[in-house]
Amino acid sequence: MAEVLVYVDHVDGAVRKPTLELLTLARRLGEPVAVALGNGAADTAATLAEHGAVKVLTHDASEYADYLVVPKVDALQAAHEAVSPAAVLVPSSAEGKEIAARLALRIGAGVITDAVDLEAGDEGPVATQSVFAASFTTKSRVIKGTPVITVKPNSAAVEAAPAAGAVEALDVTFSDKATGTKVTGRTPRESTGRPELTEAAIVVSGGRGVNGSENFAIIEALADQLGAAVGASRAAVDAGWYPHTNQVGQTGKSVSPQLYIANGISGAIQHRAGMQTSKTIVAVNKDAEAPIFELVDYGVVGDLFDVVPQLTDEIKTRKG
Amino acid sequence: MSLRIVVTVKYVPDATGDRHFADDLTVDRDDVDGLLSELDEYAVEQALQIAEDADDAEVTVLTVGPEDAKDALRKALSMGADKAIHVEDDDLHGTDAIGTSLVLAKAIEKAGFDLVISGMASTDGTMGVVPALVAERLGVPQVTLLSEVSVEDGTVKGRRDGDAASEQLEAQLPALVSVTDQSGEARYPSFKGIMAAKKKPVESWDLSDLDIEAEEVGLEGAFTKVETADARPARTAGTIVKDEGEGGKQLAEFLAGQKFI
Ligand SMILES: Cc1cc2nc3c(=O)[nH]c(=O)nc-3n(C[C@H](O)[C@H](O)[C@H](O)COP(=O)(O)OP(=O)(O)OC[C@H]3O[C@@H](n4cnc5c(N)ncnc54)[C@H](O)[C@@H]3O)c2cc1C
Ligand SMILES: Cc1cc2nc3c(=O)[nH]c(=O)nc-3n(C[C@H](O)[C@H](O)[C@H](O)COP(=O)(O)OP(=O)(O)OC[C@H]3O[C@@H](n4cnc5c(N)ncnc54)[C@H](O)[C@@H]3O)c2cc1C
Repeated sequence: MAEVLVYVDHVDGAVRKPTLELLTLARRLGEPVAVALGNGAADTAATLAEHGAVKVLTHDASEYADYLVVPKVDALQAAHEAVSPAAVLVPSSAEGKEIAARLALRIGAGVITDAVDLEAGDEGPVATQSVFAASFTTKSRVIKGTPVITVKPNSAAVEAAPAAGAVEALDVTFSDKATGTKVTGRTPRESTGRPELTEAAIVVSGGRGVNGSENFAIIEALADQLGAAVGASRAAVDAGWYPHTNQVGQTGKSVSPQLYIANGISGAIQHRAGMQTSKTIVAVNKDAEAPIFELVDYGVVGDLFDVVPQLTDEIKTRKG
Repeated sequence: MSLRIVVTVKYVPDATGDRHFADDLTVDRDDVDGLLSELDEYAVEQALQIAEDADDAEVTVLTVGPEDAKDALRKALSMGADKAIHVEDDDLHGTDAIGTSLVLAKAIEKAGFDLVISGMASTDGTMGVVPALVAERLGVPQVTLLSEVSVEDGTVKGRRDGDAASEQLEAQLPALVSVTDQSGEARYPSFKGIMAAKKKPVESWDLSDLDIEAEEVGLEGAFTKVETADARPARTAGTIVKDEGEGGKQLAEFLAGQKFI
């Protein structure tokens, strides 16, 4: 059976969920061979094996942390030479897309980004994309070279499928361009204890209607009752009420949770681009004409300062 | 020594218009107004600021696109760029990301550069890969997705805000930078700027000027193929209630019915 390379996104050996989704999708195309790089690479093997990796190629070197993107491209290219896969799958993070694109160029292949689904086709993998702010669905293929495809988080349900997961050391020679962009400092983001925005099953967001950073406590209280992640519109982020890492939309994160609750958000096209594919959409907005209501499964026309705390209390009561 | 900055800018269909696909599954550009991709305004802004801080600098804006793409160049010129290059050729219709990066890289080389500045992503394709591809082709460091950028003594420095961490980056020129919409508001063209733009030079190059064969680009040269494009089915109209004191409770009832609580 054909092998499929899967680039592993992990933090010091802890594999992030989008990679497990990729392994699930990769099994539709062939046998997943995972590539884990950097600190803790070998520690990923058990989890990857549990999710279907027949092989785990690992390599650690300080270059991965000290220089931007290119060392990882060098390694993935080495893996591509070692394996001759039928496809290469990479998580659709900002960095993942850059790695994928540069790899594609080097191996003479096409690249498709932000796939939301993947199927095996007669002429190779077919990728589904959600484009033009999720108003169109396209199906595309790479028609030259080994298909390189990046896949968005939440595109598949993670399924366990135990496989051998044999760890092999990957032989990597860094190119002379690998050390071109130096990482001279790194400030890790502090964890809020809430789920990752792009991976959360429920997202509760606030917009300009929240009217102040202190009022975001209302949004957070609802999120915490639901075990949800907190999102924000660009208007709220630009006003300095919430960090940019929580922005939902075209230039923020795109999310596709089971439930999205928009509070005090009008529903501008750029915001919709990031949340329109959510399974169930709920909005609270005092303007009955707000475009967000065109998208909702359930909408409340009202003041969020009344509706949201009442909702939070009601959930608390129902949970007993 | 003069600092030569090339800014790549894309001409895109207005996102607030009714965007759709043409019969050949490329973007229909006829029915929707085009404009300078808003995220490229941030690239132009950073280029102008870097140029203002340098002793001697020249900002060239570059686009690959149809005839109307001149509008995007005019906008960038009216913001303050010095000159423009328009790569236009019928054979470019349908070019994908790999092909676009080829044309941009050849044009940038022909123009001459110390620093290339791109946007973080276009507002139509939104792939966010062209800057990395162009850097790979040019063989220069990529210093991408910066929310803060500066150039001093032949070194570019910047801050890249990722999910896990915020990173400080540094590279020697020549280099390629891309900037996010967090890098600083883009200036509005002044009346003087708009008038001055009319007199600024816009060069037009075609594929032969760049030694690119027709079959390397366009639909024919593409490495990817769109097979189907379907409008997303309209969402079925949801329930909308007016809050008359019980709105939160009604919403809780809905969420419970959907098994979210
Ligand atoms: C290139 C580009 C990229 C962009 N990227 C993004 C992006 O990634 N994400 C994003 O969100 N935006 C993005 N935008 C901005 C986008 O166009 C909108 O400006 C933004 O989404 C508006 O945010 P908002 O809905 O919070 O604010 P507004 O549009 O001002 O809406 C506020 C809403 O709150 C309601 N409201 C006010 N008070 C209350 C109350 N007490 N109770 C209930 N409702 C209330 C109002 O009725 C209104 O509908 C982008 C724009 C551009 C040009
Ligand atoms: C909905 C949609 C989906 C697509 N999906 C794919 C795909 O999966 N694979 C694929 O290969 N192609 C795809 N394409 C085609 C691709 O968008 C174009 O080839 C495009 O020129 C490059 O990608 P981008 O617009 O996403 O640019 P991005 O990579 O998002 O652009 C980043 C920056 O590169 C610069 N830039 C990009 N294009 C130009 C230009 N023409 N002139 C000057 N500067 C430019 C700008 O500075 C811009 O800010 C898609 C197009 C559309 C409309």
